[in-house]
Amino acid sequence: MDVHEYQAKEILASHGVEVPPGTVAFSPDQAVYAATELGGSHWVVKAQIHAGARGKAGGVKLCRTYHEVQQAARDLLGKRLVTSQTGPEGKPVQRVYVEVADPFEREIYLGYVLDRKLERVRVIASKHGGMDIEEIAKNTPDELLQVIVEPAVGLQPFQARELAFQLGLNIKQVSRAVKTIMGAYRAFRDNDATMLEINPLVVTKDDKVLALDAKMSFDDNALFRRRNIVDMNDPSQSDPREAQASEHSLNYIGLDGEIGCIVNGAGLAMATMDMIKHAGGNPANFLDVGGGASPERVATAFRLVLSDRRVKVVLVNIFAGINRCDWVAQGVVDAVRAEKIEGVPLVVRLAGTNVEAGKKIIAESGIPIIQADTLAEAAEKAVAAYQGAK
Amino acid sequence: MSILIDEKTPILVQGITGDKGSFHTKEMIDYGSNVVAGVTPGKGGKTHHGVPVFNTVREAVRETGAQASITFVAPAFCADAIMEAADAGVRLICSITDGIPAQDMMRVKRYFLRFPKDRRPMLVGPNCAGIISPGKAMLGIMPGHIYKQGAVGLISRSGTLGYEAASQLKALGIGISTSVGIGGDPINGSSFLDHLVLFDKDPETEAVLIIGEIGGPQEAEASAWIKENFSKPVIGFVAGLTAPKGRRMGHAGAIISATGDSAAEKTEIMKSYGLTVAPSPAEFGSTVAKVLQSA
Repeated sequence: MDVHEYQAKEILASHGVEVPPGTVAFSPDQAVYAATELGGSHWVVKAQIHAGARGKAGGVKLCRTYHEVQQAARDLLGKRLVTSQTGPEGKPVQRVYVEVADPFEREIYLGYVLDRKLERVRVIASKHGGMDIEEIAKNTPDELLQVIVEPAVGLQPFQARELAFQLGLNIKQVSRAVKTIMGAYRAFRDNDATMLEINPLVVTKDDKVLALDAKMSFDDNALFRRRNIVDMNDPSQSDPREAQASEHSLNYIGLDGEIGCIVNGAGLAMATMDMIKHAGGNPANFLDVGGGASPERVATAFRLVLSDRRVKVVLVNIFAGINRCDWVAQGVVDAVRAEKIEGVPLVVRLAGTNVEAGKKIIAESGIPIIQADTLAEAAEKAVAAYQGAK
Repeated sequence: MSILIDEKTPILVQGITGDKGSFHTKEMIDYGSNVVAGVTPGKGGKTHHGVPVFNTVREAVRETGAQASITFVAPAFCADAIMEAADAGVRLICSITDGIPAQDMMRVKRYFLRFPKDRRPMLVGPNCAGIISPGKAMLGIMPGHIYKQGAVGLISRSGTLGYEAASQLKALGIGISTSVGIGGDPINGSSFLDHLVLFDKDPETEAVLIIGEIGGPQEAEASAWIKENFSKPVIGFVAGLTAPKGRRMGHAGAIISATGDSAAEKTEIMKSYGLTVAPSPAEFGSTVAKVLQSA
């Protein structure tokens, strides 16, 4: 799960990381009020979306007057911001963050990630903040600093100190940077984050160390024990189909093809998409109905897949293990009847336990369902049905 | 022979009295697995499917000599259950549970380091379908009847895609020595490599099929090792060619977030290390058949 910049900063601040004073606003008037309350003479108004690269896309505006603050908020709110990370549809801007803009001297990169190879938390830092980490890694790979956290004891102050000195900070700045590096680690660990990026972390003339931008992602598997993080969820930032799917605990990812997929198991779902592509078509979605594939879940899956207007064919691929093909077949037949699915060719491939009984139920249902025996046949028939329907 | 388990392996089930634990215990017993004990804290002293239930793993191991365990424990408590089994001396732990927090798994892996290498338990999963040595024993939740006994080793991250492969092989009359599901989580117990080492030493296994997916370094790591060390033919496949970057495809670990994570890149890596790559997920069976014929 992702959160907005202002939410990430709230979390960081509660763990002792210094951030510039700022307030979230939902309207231009609120933005102006925020600026007056914050004081100062310069402010930045930042679009709050779940994606980076906002600056280059015009999502971050420097303002010198209240009027400019109002204008900036008006320009951003209610729009969809397209950045290099959002895809062509962009993300809706429903909140802006108004922050005091003070001059700074240096920009640093500070990141935390759960490293899958090391199976540990890796802290990465660079003198060259302000650009994205891929760029930093490409331009100045030798100056990339990192420390690995030993999970039994956690990040130690000496590790933070080493990083701070290697970043070339003076002694006053070092002690503040250590506080930041340690605080951000605790924010990462105590909230089950999978990624935390402070970019840039800036150093001001008076030796303050401030998190100017912050990005955090959290482990979905740990949300059951992170109520505070769940409360920060902003459903406007996800694809509405995906938000709906997650309400029914279905795993759904919208893509832009024409063949809708309903599959049990994540690996088989991916393989089915690959197979459609292999047969010359394009999958409209990833959907894992789960091991059970109960009739209710299959019906919900149909509703979800068919809510995508691009879908011209639906391919159901169920490998019945613990469940049985006859149950799944009955579920499919019931769902087709209940949802009154018409005009969309339906290809069904059942395999595994009680497959013959399942096929018989479908054949005798009177519903024009195209049956397939193998994965290859299912994909080919779905693509052919799409070409026929076109 | 087979790897990891056979009909003699004494098995204990953690969470034996829960719905899933109970159902799959019966399936395993029916398949021929030697289930000797169950553990559910607070239910010690009872029997379930004719199997004695204990309050702690330590007690179960002491009383029954169980050597392998399978966990049907809720995600919030599963890391604890795995460490309990490890501490009690269980040498093979198979975790079916889907949804264990990554930081919990990080601690589990760290905990395992306290055992010297030759006594470190093997953890299979979590978030996997388990292990089956066809015709001998099942330590998992797979439909046993789709597996034919034979000479191909199978290692898969995904459960259902592993089933797909097993049934394609069976349709061509090809059997499996042991099938291992290593699971879909970003931090898992054992990797492709850990099981390849065992398959290498197993005289019955003539070839190995490894089925990976997007995300993580384990397919590349295994491929490099195969080139240097493995004496038998290996067929590979990576699911998720059509998966978009940065999106989690069902499995917590199936996400393209770094260089080398995509299916295209991993497929190239496999080929560069000499693996035979199945051209599509519909061709697991035919590709293995071809490799076996030419071997």
